[in-house]
Amino acid sequence: MMGATVDTILSKYRHDSTRLMDILIDVQDEKSCISDDTVKEIAKGLKISMADVEQTLSFYHFFSKTPTGKYTVYLNDSVVAFMMGREKIAKAFEEAVGCKFGEVTADGLIGLFNTSCIGMNDQEPAAIINNRVFTRLTPFRVKELVKDMKAGKDIDEMYSAKTGDGNNSHELVHSVVNNHIRKEGPILKTDVRQGEIIEKITKMTPEEVIKEIKDSNIRGRGGAGFPTGLKWEFCRRAPGKQKYIFCNADEGEPGTFKDRVILTEKAKLLFEGMTMAGYAVGATQGILYLRYEYKYLQKYLEDVIEKAEKAGWLGKNIGGRKNFEFYIRIQFGAGAYVCGEESALIESAEGKRGEPRDRPPFPVEKGYLECPTVVNNVETLCAAVKIMKYGSEWYKSLGTAESTGTKVLSISGDCFHPGVYEIEWGFTINNILDMVAGFNVQAVQVGGPSGALIAPNEFDRILGYEDLATGGSLIIFNESRNILKDVVLNFTEFFIEESCGSCSTCRILPVVMKDKLVKILNGLGVTRDIDDLLEWGKILKASRCGLGQTAANPITSSINNFRHLYTSLLKTKKDYETGFDLNLAVQEACEATNRIANV
Amino acid sequence: MNKAIVATTSLAGCFGCHMSILDIDERILELIEVVEFNKSPIDDIKKFTKKCDIGLIEGGCCNSENVHVLKDFRENCKILIALGECAIMGGLPAMRNGIPIKECLEEAYIGGPTVQQNHQKIVPNDPELPILLDKVYPCHEVVKIDYYLPGCPPRADLIWKALIALVKGEEMDLPYEVIKFD
Repeated sequence: MMGATVDTILSKYRHDSTRLMDILIDVQDEKSCISDDTVKEIAKGLKISMADVEQTLSFYHFFSKTPTGKYTVYLNDSVVAFMMGREKIAKAFEEAVGCKFGEVTADGLIGLFNTSCIGMNDQEPAAIINNRVFTRLTPFRVKELVKDMKAGKDIDEMYSAKTGDGNNSHELVHSVVNNHIRKEGPILKTDVRQGEIIEKITKMTPEEVIKEIKDSNIRGRGGAGFPTGLKWEFCRRAPGKQKYIFCNADEGEPGTFKDRVILTEKAKLLFEGMTMAGYAVGATQGILYLRYEYKYLQKYLEDVIEKAEKAGWLGKNIGGRKNFEFYIRIQFGAGAYVCGEESALIESAEGKRGEPRDRPPFPVEKGYLECPTVVNNVETLCAAVKIMKYGSEWYKSLGTAESTGTKVLSISGDCFHPGVYEIEWGFTINNILDMVAGFNVQAVQVGGPSGALIAPNEFDRILGYEDLATGGSLIIFNESRNILKDVVLNFTEFFIEESCGSCSTCRILPVVMKDKLVKILNGLGVTRDIDDLLEWGKILKASRCGLGQTAANPITSSINNFRHLYTSLLKTKKDYETGFDLNLAVQEACEATNRIANV
Repeated sequence: MNKAIVATTSLAGCFGCHMSILDIDERILELIEVVEFNKSPIDDIKKFTKKCDIGLIEGGCCNSENVHVLKDFRENCKILIALGECAIMGGLPAMRNGIPIKECLEEAYIGGPTVQQNHQKIVPNDPELPILLDKVYPCHEVVKIDYYLPGCPPRADLIWKALIALVKGEEMDLPYEVIKFD
């Protein structure tokens, strides 16, 4: 693609404004920025307004109007990155490069930027440099990398360590990332021949396929837990000629990385799951919405799709069956956690800002390009294939009555064996801590920042929709961690950073809550502050989507389960104190208008 | 049963929250069976004539007068409720926060595109006028607030349910449909 002009990029996407994301990504990759002139050119080429281009461009973290450097470093700033020594790494980068984070060197060679969780929690500190991932960084390694950049080395030549396990060493992936699959269950096991399930379902009616999925009681594995079979059925019944299957691979919940591993090792299974969903609901188009952080998997995944097409498992007359048609393409995001919310994901795939839609209508009725759309998590689609192979009764024999099947977990933090574990629903936190060898555990964050912070007295609670529901992220904190300062504050800042800004509750309250938390951390808190935080947590529930509704969870859940951490910081017995002083507050206006404060 | 006494005020707000109070429609007849209004724009009582049970505050504090009114409410009301976006978080008026006051005044009275006839370039500074605060403060920064009712404006149903629950001493039942913004 080197040397592509805006014109050729626009032509590549047939001047289709709904492909604005792809266009901006290609331009950004090509020019390392999207300037005002380029915006003008794109707007003209797509026959849309500059504001339309601008609003999408300004929404996503990985787009920039100014050059981000020939080498662009994005260093993860999630909680676990800090726990694994991020501060030293950041300092090493700044010293070696000669500029601060958020800046680009004067010669335009290297840019340093912070970024939210990149899905490498089990191998932190990690950074993305020109779409390649570098894991387990050390200050020494940073010096080497910067030296290579200054010598103008190609990014692919900058790996010194061996490439990772499994397909991470595939020539089209060629990455130092590791899978760390510690416990393989039915979903991760390799026991389905490519095309096997397609052969099976084409002997069934779509209704029979949906019935099997419904009977298994499987629920969405992304976190929200909506029954998958029901979703397919709604979409099948929705009127509309064209329907779409989306696979949501935008796992952005800090601490989650299991989809990355599934994509690396089980891509064929996943695409077969999407094809099966297409058959069941009557859709011919599938779109894998992949987070930009996983761009290093692009060539490999595209190759898998291409080979499946050649083998007749994708495309026209799939499996030799007439009129069974299904195509898959990859849609990249550009750095926005909120796009993991299904309607925001659809908006993004249409080339717009990733702002969640107001519902109803639900995506199954009116989704992508106003057509009925199913959005399923990576793991859900893989599980669906296994259900089809072994049957719903088998699936129901796993897990608990209310939570059937297994869950692939991403476990990180203070334990000896961070990585990916597939377990049946119903395990307790204690079971898991034994399995991963957690030590001196003070707290476990279940379900990422939007989930719950659990204290040891609740470690006998079980993972499952009936108790602790989770999209799969578990982060372990030992007794050396300052929960409020290192964890809760970081998570709250994450939500502030990732709010789409549509609802004022979510745009403003997390900032107000963060200020209150800082006030308490600075020893200026009073009891009313804690009560206010809980009250504001309730107000955030008024937000449109899950991000806003859960943005207060780090604070409210830590107050509920670790209240002593807050109360021990209260220095005064006063119930209410904010430091507001009317005389000080009017000073600026008095000076501006030559008035005497007569308050 | 003694009627609960309610006071209301609009500080740095747009009166939209008060409009929403009126949006309880005919239920206002039911309301006055259980509450009595004191200081409020609804009955135009300008000063507290007795201690109140509930004070509803619309808007945050943008000037010295807002602060005095809010403190007066705190002294005279047992329970203080921040009603709506501006009272809770500052709201639209708080968009000036972060811009120096001098700049705001110059934009409003001297250089702004809608300024037509201020040839002497006067920025109002009569001692009678309330003095602007350095920024717009949400109510909880100035006095202790007991409850928060979200919305811009909060739905009439939300205000109704909250008031009735308070008056009857019941748990507030505020489902998503009632507190949701869109």
